[in-house]
Amino acid sequence: MKILVVCGNGLGSSFMMALTVKKALAELGKEAEVTHTDLTTATAEKADVYIGAGDIVDQLDNGMRKIVRIVNMMSIAEIKSKLEPLF
Amino acid sequence: MLDVMMNDILGTPAILVGLFAFVGLLIQKKSASTVLSGTLKTIMGFVILGAGAAVLIGSLNHFSKMFDFAFNVQGVIPNNEAIVAAAQTNFGTSTAMIMVFGMVMNLLLARFTPLKYIFLTGHHTLFMACLIAASLSVGGMSGAPLIIVGSILLGICMVVFPAILQPTVRQITGSDDFAVGHFGSIGYYISAKIGKLFGNKAKSTEEIKVPKSLGFLRDTSVAVSLTMSLFFIIVALFAGQSFIETELSGGSNFIVFAIIQAITFAAGVYIILAGVRMLIAEIIPAFKGIADKVVPNTKPALDCPTIFPFAPNAVIIGFLFSFLAGLLSMFALPLIGLKVIVPGLVPHFFTGAAAGVFGNATGGRMGAMAGAFANGIIISFIPAILLIFMGDIGYEGTTFGDSDFGVVGIIIINILKLFGAV
Repeated sequence: MKILVVCGNGLGSSFMMALTVKKALAELGKEAEVTHTDLTTATAEKADVYIGAGDIVDQLDNGMRKIVRIVNMMSIAEIKSKLEPLF
Repeated sequence: MLDVMMNDILGTPAILVGLFAFVGLLIQKKSASTVLSGTLKTIMGFVILGAGAAVLIGSLNHFSKMFDFAFNVQGVIPNNEAIVAAAQTNFGTSTAMIMVFGMVMNLLLARFTPLKYIFLTGHHTLFMACLIAASLSVGGMSGAPLIIVGSILLGICMVVFPAILQPTVRQITGSDDFAVGHFGSIGYYISAKIGKLFGNKAKSTEEIKVPKSLGFLRDTSVAVSLTMSLFFIIVALFAGQSFIETELSGGSNFIVFAIIQAITFAAGVYIILAGVRMLIAEIIPAFKGIADKVVPNTKPALDCPTIFPFAPNAVIIGFLFSFLAGLLSMFALPLIGLKVIVPGLVPHFFTGAAAGVFGNATGGRMGAMAGAFANGIIISFIPAILLIFMGDIGYEGTTFGDSDFGVVGIIIINILKLFGAV
């Protein structure tokens, strides 16, 4: 499974969130490839799950993509609860 | 041999930063293949940064010529990526050294003072390192003293700015998990103060319905292409068809030329961001890994969009009011004899939005509006004032965008002047 973490610039917040996602996956005992990028690149990149702040990933929602919206990017608990049903 | 060592290896910022990533990856006990690919990618990130700069500066030069011809004043586009990439030729080595040792200073300060913050916004660390290197050099310093003083200053910035924001960040996030590490702090701090003065925090922005249609502006490439197209076309109309087609475009239509140049500018920013992303992807985990081991109980200081999801309406309102202030400032600046700062969507979006979130936390919707407006004025006037002092380093068309860079630069240069170093 490939998880793409997205933010506006693909630099700061998506990067930090990717680290949190990796921690959350480790706690869930799941394996996945986690990368982070900016919104423009994300529209052209294939992934199984797109994860980010609501107003960001809403831009990617075309009805086909699996989208996960996050409020607190540093909360392992929130990310765990939203990722767990996807496995 | 020593000469190759000193000038060509340590004097090449790309290799210097690559070495740091190499050591960082070794400390984390990564596999040989990860160490190799991480080191190579870091060096490549720096090379990509330079390539993007070449693309961007070409377009920026055309813009300056058109603006100059049209209005007979210089228009400056504040863009951190552009100025840092442009400054690599003169300040590349000192920027890289200050960045590396500044991070070490950050660790030491977090370990031994009550300011327990680890600044993890890597691109801002890079930009601030560059600003400090350039300011100290304008102030007359060079060599080892410049690196030592610069690293200490960078380390101080990396803990002090998150610390002044933390009381409001606690209100915004309702927790003390993380801090905001982004060098627009002075704008956010003032926004929170103004929000407290003018607003009522019970009337939050989050109760009003705001159209979500402005969300696409969070996509940097789209936002930059749009504003730059707009500004390029307006300036092209004022500069006139004949000037552009005879002097700049080599005969092709002036409006088509303006649009292509605007998108070229955005493409340059995109390339530079890709380079910066590769660069910090290897360095920051090493930094964080070391921090987790040697300085326990610290808070990570993170990029400003981490607070956006806590008040999405304040994000849009903040951007609009900051940009409005930027547009008004554009007309006010030449009246008091300062250079025209062309408001960029990217600095106004990111810092305006964050200022909106801070203003909302202390003063609700009125606070978000007034605070973000103040931020817009700050990021228009501060870069213009910084240019007075930095003008002679030779990058006339662009400068640093966010508030802290300007304030730190102005303070450094003026203190050095006081000591008679200039």
